Amino acid sequence: MSILVDRTTRVVVQGITGREGAFHAARCKEYGTLVVGGVTPGKGGTTHEGFPVWNTVAEAVASEGATCALIFVPPPAAADAIMESATAEIPLIICITEGIPVTDMVRAKHFLAGRTSRLIGPNCPGVITPDQAKIGIMPGHIHKAGPVGVVSRSGTLTYEVVGQLTGRGIGQSTCVGIGGDPVTGTSFVDVLRLFNDDPETGAIMMIGEIGGTAEEEAAAFVKARVKKPVVAFICGQTAPPGRRMGHAGAIIAGGKGTAAEKMKALEDAGATLVRSPADMGATMAKVIGR
Amino acid sequence: MKIHEYQAKALLREFGVPVPAGDVATTPAEARAVAARLGGTVVVKAQVHAGGRGKAGGIKLADDPDGAQRAAQQILGMKLKTPQTPPDGILVRSVLVEAASAVERELYLSMTLDRARATHVVMASEAGGMDIEEVAARTPERIVREWAHPALGIQDFQARRLAYGLGLAGEQFKQAVGLIRRLFALYLARDCSLAEINPLVVTKDGRVLALDAKLNFDDNALMRHPEIAALRDVNEEDPLDVEASRYGLNYIKLDGNVGCMVNGAGLAMATMDIVKLAGGEPANFLDVGGGASPEQIENAFRILSSDPSVKAVFINVFGGILRCDRLAAGVIAAVQTLGLRLPVVVRMEGTNVELGKQMLAESGLALTNADDMGDGAKKAVALARG
Repeated sequence: MSILVDRTTRVVVQGITGREGAFHAARCKEYGTLVVGGVTPGKGGTTHEGFPVWNTVAEAVASEGATCALIFVPPPAAADAIMESATAEIPLIICITEGIPVTDMVRAKHFLAGRTSRLIGPNCPGVITPDQAKIGIMPGHIHKAGPVGVVSRSGTLTYEVVGQLTGRGIGQSTCVGIGGDPVTGTSFVDVLRLFNDDPETGAIMMIGEIGGTAEEEAAAFVKARVKKPVVAFICGQTAPPGRRMGHAGAIIAGGKGTAAEKMKALEDAGATLVRSPADMGATMAKVIGR
Repeated sequence: MKIHEYQAKALLREFGVPVPAGDVATTPAEARAVAARLGGTVVVKAQVHAGGRGKAGGIKLADDPDGAQRAAQQILGMKLKTPQTPPDGILVRSVLVEAASAVERELYLSMTLDRARATHVVMASEAGGMDIEEVAARTPERIVREWAHPALGIQDFQARRLAYGLGLAGEQFKQAVGLIRRLFALYLARDCSLAEINPLVVTKDGRVLALDAKLNFDDNALMRHPEIAALRDVNEEDPLDVEASRYGLNYIKLDGNVGCMVNGAGLAMATMDIVKLAGGEPANFLDVGGGASPEQIENAFRILSSDPSVKAVFINVFGGILRCDRLAAGVIAAVQTLGLRLPVVVRMEGTNVELGKQMLAESGLALTNADDMGDGAKKAVALARG
């Protein structure tokens, strides 16, 4: 088992006729993901690099029973794409797009409230369940099926930890990139809850970063509810206050959101903290007795 | 993105938020003309993107046009040093000359995103003119908060609660309610990430005014506000940051001597951390992005090695979309154009790593290879020490 995605997940790619959308739709399909086609308004009825294209997400749902939307739509229209998929009652929406205005995401998140869809991202690498489904932009070949659930706000740093785990022969149940924006659809707490309830996940690797309070909320949840070992790393220990470190969400503002505060909260909650990003895999190996 | 106070006040005026009469000046003679036009006592305020200007000597009162000219003479061209500026300070290129206000009370008003609630929050406090972070830490009960509905914004009853929280009554209460609503309209319409009025004042003649104004904007939304994007003042930014932004690179200059070139913001932050853990200091944050081209890599390498404090370069890339062979091509091109003046440590992993390593080996360049990021950081820090 796994969380969120598996070999039965039927993916429709929004923005499939764009350069990124077309490239990654093909990579996901190569990995074995069930990519049923794509949506680009105005290009319905055509095919693009072998994929059928529809004008609307609703048509993709009606014709192919799509259960997951993977979004590559450019920033000005990305929030609209999210709301379209939510209206089509797509259970899982994964938004890769980076650079969506905050006010758009505030409205989109409100639009999702009370609906059945779950949003992952935006500004995230996506979700992968090794050997079953890769729905995102991560390099598939570095992953290996196994017991560690990985959740992270960052992209390449997630590849780094996965590389370290796989290099030690430790596989992953599912890896979830929740995204580096200030407003995201799914939080650490949401993913921790899913991993905690997933019988195939034996331990959890969590990668946080400076800014906001999502890691502190995760710490409270770990303390109260999580029965599995949690290993955590927080990046940005050396970041100066007031400067946005690449991710829109990675900024120490008003003396809040520092790495030190987050590390202390997680340590107090019983998580094993990794100080150096080179030791993430080795620490997990020690914690699970490999 | 940040803008100057005089630019922020022009936007406030456009949205009907009362501000003191005044205008910007770039020469002492202009400052004199503005003061003459305003009449009476004026305030001459240095226009830089940093707070703490008053204590640093960047704000002066003047009784008449001659005084305003003298004040502008002193402020223009000075290197203003405040806790929020770089250590050498920022050169003052313009001043705002404003009619001085007789202040009865100083209040505080701001709007920003509350990430935990995923909506905008408006904060008001009677403790104006002070550092609001200190007020929040010591006396949080002195700050009133109202959260905007994500789709419907701030309602009248919320603006009234904020105005009551400011301890206002009668005519000033009415003015404050209107001001809060209009400032929020500006905040939303122009995609601000912060609108802060500190202090918001009640004058002795009973007016409610924005005496200072700070507006920051969501960089991701500038695409739909060309008139706001045009307000950017690159003089206020580090020249290397400006140069990097031209090539779509995310670069922030820091104080150390190990130049870092990384793909992805999280890995870039982690690379800074590991350089520090290895006993060194990162010279910069640099994220070349997920799909960097060889040209971008070449420019990134040129920019980071043009910082004179950089003594060694650490390239740390985990190839996903960015393939290691393209990285190698960019690095080789950069070194061939610029020469290899600095020791360079390369750590590559991920997509097409074998091809990338082969290209670097065959290039004959004297690069130092690293097995993993820990090894790379140690080697780069050692080389930076010389």
